[in-house]
Amino acid sequence: MKKLDINQEALELMQKHAEATYPNECVGFFYGKEDDTIRFIEQAVEVPNSKEGDQRRRFEVHPKDYMKAERYALENDTTLLGVYHSHPEHPAIPSEHDLKVAQPFFSYIIVSVKGGKSVRVRSWQLNETNVFEEEIIG
Amino acid sequence: MAKIIIPTPLRKFTQNQASFEGNGSTVGATIENLTETYPDIKQHLLDENGKLRNFVRVYIGDEDIKALQNEATEVKDDSVISIVPAIAGGSL
Repeated sequence: MKKLDINQEALELMQKHAEATYPNECVGFFYGKEDDTIRFIEQAVEVPNSKEGDQRRRFEVHPKDYMKAERYALENDTTLLGVYHSHPEHPAIPSEHDLKVAQPFFSYIIVSVKGGKSVRVRSWQLNETNVFEEEIIG
Repeated sequence: MAKIIIPTPLRKFTQNQASFEGNGSTVGATIENLTETYPDIKQHLLDENGKLRNFVRVYIGDEDIKALQNEATEVKDDSVISIVPAIAGGSL
C-alpha cells in the first residue's frame, strides 16, 4: 500500500465536516496526485449525504454528485483519489457494508467521531484480493 | 460511436483511458464492446448472468438508464454513457 500525504487544509475540512454532521455520517471526495509510493491529497470537497432516512450509520452519494466529481477532476487536471466518511461513535475501521460496495483504487478515509469530536483518522484501500489494507497517513 | 466515460477506480482496467468510443446500438451492446476490448473490467460491471451489477449505475447524459429502457436503451453516435459506481457505506 502507498503512503498518504494529506494536505493540512484537506484534513481539517474532513474532520470539521465529520464533527458538523455528528451524530450523522458525512461524506466527501478528495483529489490530488500520486507517484509510485505516495498519494498526495491536495483537496477535499464535501458532498451531501443522500441516504434517505437514518444517516447515523449510513451514507450514500447521489450518482449525479459522483459524475460531477469525475468531471471536476478532468477539468482541473487532478485525480479523484477516494472517498472520506465518518463513523460516529465507531472506530475508523471499515464495516462489512463499507467493504461490500468498495471500489478498487480508491482510498477510503474514515473519521471516527466520539461525542462530537474527531478522534481518529485512518485510511484503507482494497488490495488485489479485495481485502481492505490500511494506508499509512503521514 | 457512443462515448463511455470510465470512472477513475476502473481506469486501471482500461490502460488508464478515461473514455472509450464504443460500437453498439444499445447501452448493453456498447458496454459489451467495452468488456470485449478490456476483459478485466467485466467482473466490475457485470454479474455472472451478464447483467449490470447492483452497485453499478449507468447514465446516458443526465438520465439514469433505469428510467429509460435499461440495457436496451438506444444510443446515438453523440451519446455519452457514464458508468457510475455506487458510493455508499456506513459504520455497521
